[in-house]
Amino acid sequence: MAAIAVAQKKTKRPGGQIAGPRSALGNALAYAVGVVIVVITVVPLLYVFLGGFRTTAQINEHPSGLPSPWVWTNYSDILTSSSFWHFLLNSALIAIVATTLTVCLGAMAAFALSRYTFRGREALYALFTIGLLFPLTVAALPLYLQLRKLGMLENMWGVAIPEAAFSLSITIVILRPFMRAIPGELEDAAVVDGTSRLGFFWRVLLPLSAPALTTVAILAFVTSWNFYILPLLVFNEQIHFTLPLGVATFQSQYSADTAKVFAFTGLSMLPTLFFFVIAQRRIVGGLTGAVKG
Amino acid sequence: MSTQSRATARPGRSGSGVALSDELAARPGRAKARPGLRQRAELSILLGPAIVVFVGFVLAPIAVAVYYSVYKWNGFGPLTDFIGFGNYRRALSDPVFQKSIVHNLIIAGLSLVIQLPLSIGIALLLNRKIRGRTFLRLVVFAPYVLSAAVTAVMWSLMLQPDGFADHVFKAVGLGSFVQTWLGDLHIVLYTIFVVATWQYMGFGIVLLLAGLQGIPGELREAAALDGATAWQVTRMVTLPLLGPTIRIWIFLSMIGSLQLFDLVWIMTGGGPANASSTMATYLIDKGFRSYEFGYGSAVAVILFLICFVFALLYQRFALRRDTQGALTRMVR
Repeated sequence: MAAIAVAQKKTKRPGGQIAGPRSALGNALAYAVGVVIVVITVVPLLYVFLGGFRTTAQINEHPSGLPSPWVWTNYSDILTSSSFWHFLLNSALIAIVATTLTVCLGAMAAFALSRYTFRGREALYALFTIGLLFPLTVAALPLYLQLRKLGMLENMWGVAIPEAAFSLSITIVILRPFMRAIPGELEDAAVVDGTSRLGFFWRVLLPLSAPALTTVAILAFVTSWNFYILPLLVFNEQIHFTLPLGVATFQSQYSADTAKVFAFTGLSMLPTLFFFVIAQRRIVGGLTGAVKG
Repeated sequence: MSTQSRATARPGRSGSGVALSDELAARPGRAKARPGLRQRAELSILLGPAIVVFVGFVLAPIAVAVYYSVYKWNGFGPLTDFIGFGNYRRALSDPVFQKSIVHNLIIAGLSLVIQLPLSIGIALLLNRKIRGRTFLRLVVFAPYVLSAAVTAVMWSLMLQPDGFADHVFKAVGLGSFVQTWLGDLHIVLYTIFVVATWQYMGFGIVLLLAGLQGIPGELREAAALDGATAWQVTRMVTLPLLGPTIRIWIFLSMIGSLQLFDLVWIMTGGGPANASSTMATYLIDKGFRSYEFGYGSAVAVILFLICFVFALLYQRFALRRDTQGALTRMVR
């Protein structure tokens, strides 16, 4: 057997060598495509950041020019005004609340759905997965009417709770198989040691589920941080605005002062890009892993 | 119930059976109480909050929308003006809504025809062992983490008439291609598609890359040993094995196309003259700008049904075969 394999390898060698230049060509192509992708991705971002260092007059005169001279006032004006910080704080608060709610409620529900046996369990699980079948945007108007009825407009909970509700589906879908795969012996051991089932959940299962919990937390946080339509409907007063809402509003309010809009847009991208670079492995893995299962 | 749970637990215990015998003897007494009150109490603590939040904010709004949708209602006062399916008839015969549906379908179609092959091609190239692959993956993915609102503002700035985009076109000698990107009735939808591609394609590429990395290298080596050319290996081995990932890609892309809102709303508001309206912008436009909540609810229900039916059919017929994929693990 082995001899045949070796012989085949030997006879196929020439073919392999032909593949040599071809794969060099492929690599060259890959590099070229890579460069194009980097340019297409980075240039718009750079353009916005650099635009913030120019004056509106400079931008109007040479839309594609570099700052000359460099102007710092756009950025400093925004950083010293309260609205940017307000938006940032609102976004952070809502995202933290939504993420906490998602992870807590999702983990508890997933625990019940994975390690308890009771009637209607699968039906309940199927009910939770319905949320995967339509996005929040579709339900935005009915949700608005619901929130109005509950008196939750102009209220951060009115954004955070629905976001958490819609994130629950994917959270439970990710956590349930994960929690199910944790061996039953551990639960038995915990019971022997005198822990209740809830104690096992808190002291054993949750720590062991940390990787899956991180994934769903990232998913919930990024979704909430970038969400636009719900804050748009729920908030009317600028003091409540989140960053995405703030950017869009700023653009229409200061349309005459283009340079300011550049600076504001640039600044609002910074936190996202900063966290993405720091935690890119987790974020990329979390966001793509979530849909891959 | 108690015997069943003990029976399933037992194989795992066999190693430490002696130590457990006391515990086992003590069990029946406790096990009797457990499935009853105690388990019910635990379950309601664990599941209660999630069910309340999920039913209250995901299911109830949709159900209530069905109820509102058969009334003519401006959002204030009691529901008195019952008009049956009037709102639905009106929506489906409104040329603007029809146009919006077509726009969503065009975006979805363009994604399939342009984004998908492009993404697969790029993923195949980036799957090579080239230097800087990790960096490339990072850069490709970056636009996806930005808020769509920020992306929309950014591109609005670049696409201004005689703005940055036009200058780039002129600089590379394509000045004659310059359009009023967001103002031309026949161009605006495609402009939005390009922006959406900028924002979302990287996610798809990284997803496909992850799929490619899940394909064992031995399979391709084996095919190559059997004399297959690089193209044949890609077509006959790699792509079929990438099938599940591609099907997930299509699912996400279609759902994304159907709900397209943020980019359009901020860049054009659905204009000019509804040339870029989507179902979601139509919905918000009707519901909020004109305070037609009964009618808006009917539109929401239609949108919901389109998404729901598509998702169910797609799962039933396309995703069912795949063992991987969270979306397919609905019932196990």
